[in-house]
Amino acid sequence: MKDCHEPAEVCMTNCPTLIVMVGLPARGKTYISKKLTRYLNWIGVPTKEFNVGQYRRDLVKKYKSFEFFLPDNEEGLKIRKQCALAALNDVRQYLSEENGHVAVFDATNTTRERRETIYKFGEENGYKTFFVESVCVDPEVIAANIVQVKLGSPDYVDCSNDEATEDFMKRIECYKNSYETLDETLDKDLSYIKIMDVGRSYLVNRVMDHIQSRIVYYLMNIHVTPRSIYLCRHGESELNLKGRIGGDPGLSVRGKEFAKSLAQFINEQNIKDLKVWTSQMKRTIQTAEALGVPYEQWKVLNEIDAGVCEEMTYEEIQENYPLEFALRDQDKYRYRYPKGESYEDLVQRLEPVIMELERQENVLVICHQAVMRCLLAYFLDKPAEQLPYLKCPLHTVLKLTPVAYGCKVESIFLNVEAVNTHRDKPENVGVDRSREEALRTVPNHL
Amino acid sequence: MAAAAASPARELTQNPLQKTWEPYDNGLPAGHSAQRGVCMTNCPTLIVMVGLPARGKTYISKKLTRYLNWIGVPTKEFNVGQYRRDLVKKYKSFEFFLPDNEEGLKIRKQCALAALNDVRQYLSEENGHVAVFDATNTTRERRETIYKFGEENGYKTFFVESVCVDPEVIAANIVQVKLGSPDYVDCSNDEATEDFMKRIECYKNSYETLDETLDKDLSYIKIMDVGRSYLVNRVMDHIQSRIVYYLMNIHVTPRSIYLCRHGESELNLKGRIGGDPGLSVRGKEFAKSLAQFINEQNIKDLKVWTSQMKRTIQTAEALGVPYEQWKVLNEIDAGVCEEMTYEEIQENYPLEFALRDQDKYRYRYPKGESYEDLVQRLEPVIMELERQENVLVICHQAVMRCLLAYFLDKPAEQLPYLKCPLHTVLKLTPVAYGCKVESIFLNVEAVNTHRDKPENVDISRPPEDALVTVPAHQ
Repeated sequence: MKDCHEPAEVCMTNCPTLIVMVGLPARGKTYISKKLTRYLNWIGVPTKEFNVGQYRRDLVKKYKSFEFFLPDNEEGLKIRKQCALAALNDVRQYLSEENGHVAVFDATNTTRERRETIYKFGEENGYKTFFVESVCVDPEVIAANIVQVKLGSPDYVDCSNDEATEDFMKRIECYKNSYETLDETLDKDLSYIKIMDVGRSYLVNRVMDHIQSRIVYYLMNIHVTPRSIYLCRHGESELNLKGRIGGDPGLSVRGKEFAKSLAQFINEQNIKDLKVWTSQMKRTIQTAEALGVPYEQWKVLNEIDAGVCEEMTYEEIQENYPLEFALRDQDKYRYRYPKGESYEDLVQRLEPVIMELERQENVLVICHQAVMRCLLAYFLDKPAEQLPYLKCPLHTVLKLTPVAYGCKVESIFLNVEAVNTHRDKPENVGVDRSREEALRTVPNHL
Repeated sequence: MAAAAASPARELTQNPLQKTWEPYDNGLPAGHSAQRGVCMTNCPTLIVMVGLPARGKTYISKKLTRYLNWIGVPTKEFNVGQYRRDLVKKYKSFEFFLPDNEEGLKIRKQCALAALNDVRQYLSEENGHVAVFDATNTTRERRETIYKFGEENGYKTFFVESVCVDPEVIAANIVQVKLGSPDYVDCSNDEATEDFMKRIECYKNSYETLDETLDKDLSYIKIMDVGRSYLVNRVMDHIQSRIVYYLMNIHVTPRSIYLCRHGESELNLKGRIGGDPGLSVRGKEFAKSLAQFINEQNIKDLKVWTSQMKRTIQTAEALGVPYEQWKVLNEIDAGVCEEMTYEEIQENYPLEFALRDQDKYRYRYPKGESYEDLVQRLEPVIMELERQENVLVICHQAVMRCLLAYFLDKPAEQLPYLKCPLHTVLKLTPVAYGCKVESIFLNVEAVNTHRDKPENVDISRPPEDALVTVPAHQ
């Protein structure tokens, strides 16, 4: 008898899942692979992407020209097959030996034959296979992709932009003749999603389980329209000043100053159709009020619930709950306050916020320290161990702008002083540590 | 974006019922602030069903309407067949639907327009957010008429087409929902089936399915073969995205969902709410009875879910099978009232106690939750229940009320008063357009924890009036 006593969101996959990307070059396969991997890891599903092009670059060292990809280039074909097999071997190791749950196999996989080979590999190893195909014929989109992610590729480090573009277009041509798109009839027994024209429409076939359903939902909500996401905390609160955590206090004098500065900053940014979101706690709402624009309150954006430790200082927590305080330092991500929450719980409740942020365009999220750390970790692909220690100081706006395969971050301090609320992990996390050792990293307060 | 930075920030007041912070001008609540969860839709949405008869359109309409209402989006379905039955009174035969039956066509068009008029009233005058227009809508011409109607009125239109050619599925649908239809009340099953098959034929010649090219500018989902595959085109906003996600997760495979609470707990005995207590002696008895009951039911591939509170896990442990713990199945958080008796709540928080009785669905405990909050956190459970087949959910009173309200389509006003007694399993089995409920008391006595709404909900009421419906306890 086995007790599956992990929380439902981790125990989502009974057998590992192999996601197989399909599509011509410059159709967004790597963009999707990386984004999907980032999302799955954030929600707690161990995922890794395997980019066959990277295996090729590691093997061949110096890329010469598109001729490597000509369909009659025997040497090229041999190397490319070798790379695909090496990548699949690493997939097998990750899923069957290293406790990976999902592997994303990122390559063109444009022939039915290649896909059959991979599918058989999946079957032999007990993986569920799910194909993700990106189909796009819009020349503007393809040109934009080339500019965004190909010109800067290691393959073209010694070429001019024009040379690189010309070579890459010929590279795409090499694949076109043998391209067999996923077919409603021929491939009717496979599980897949076909994404058409960067998300204008989707064909979804035979979704087999929960994780595939979540992947489909996520892929159907993401878009590539340029936009920025602004994250900040509420203005300094009365409890911040006293070094107390949680509660539902109002803004301090400086916090109100910050709110006005935020209004001015937002105005100057001249953002098109900005949506403003807050939590349902007074301090974020007070901050939003200063902006003079409509805003939406989300209960799920509320700060982490510190349970019995609500409104305490760290000194009081050490005084009253020294064991809890030490356990928290030992594993800050998984630690749950008595009658409260953990960062891990926070991520689960913030998932709908992330999904809606993906759907939206320009958004300002006025939230809280722990909440902001979770959201930031999603956008910057920070693992669970680092998440609870990300620096999110008061009175500082982080402007996130998607670029290439990642996210550009600009940090803007709005020039209104505030207390520091960041407590680093102390050196001694043992349950028998002294009071001084426990409190060494507590920031100053009244 | 307009700047209103010159005026000072408005003061905030906390709504005493929902504990939400709202700005006010001169003592009155002001605008500018919306609560997420309800304000998902800026302009109303018109969902238009498409498909031949017996393809599951009404099944989907009703289910989708039920789901949207449960998550807080006011939704109503408009079944044109029902308008026809109200107008024509007695159904004679399939000949009514022949494409050259002038009289029939005239009546059917009249019914469609009457239904659209009611849609307009619901969405534009009665604060409805979503209307589901349930008819065959199998010609491009008819769909254009409806789309124009939507545009004229400022609605976003989203088509849901169900395409199915499997004769077994169609035959099963006819048995499930057509044989019992008012149209066939005086016919034998064979007569009804024969007539209905001819009815379907009447539509086939003029059927124009949603086309990838011709209809490329419309927003729609085409469901093929009862969910084997889907074609999704131009999802425009959040609500359409949620609708697509829901439709892609539902299935029609027969199964049952078992709902029950944990066994009686030590705090239940004392009339205390919340906390994280263990089972009482009788609670442990119940757990054993539950194990026996589940065994006897001989359920194929049963999944068992619990909350992360001790009392549900203890109950599941007695079953001797694997189970999954969900934090979102935890009981409603009573905040400052946790582990109190109702008498103590009346003593310490008489105003709160009265507000709760005034609007039990929306009332949020100080530093706690409301039923409305519960529904939002349970949505992933409902979504996963839709995906699954046979499941036993061992949960808590308020949680079970929320889940039950979803399956039995109970509105918000009734939800917090649904009867979910201890030691009683509710077996829910989808049938036709709804859900059959069997209630099985497992013969182990337990305290009653159900407190009815008292007559006097005024904040000035005396303690006796407040406590008159409190069930007996130690």
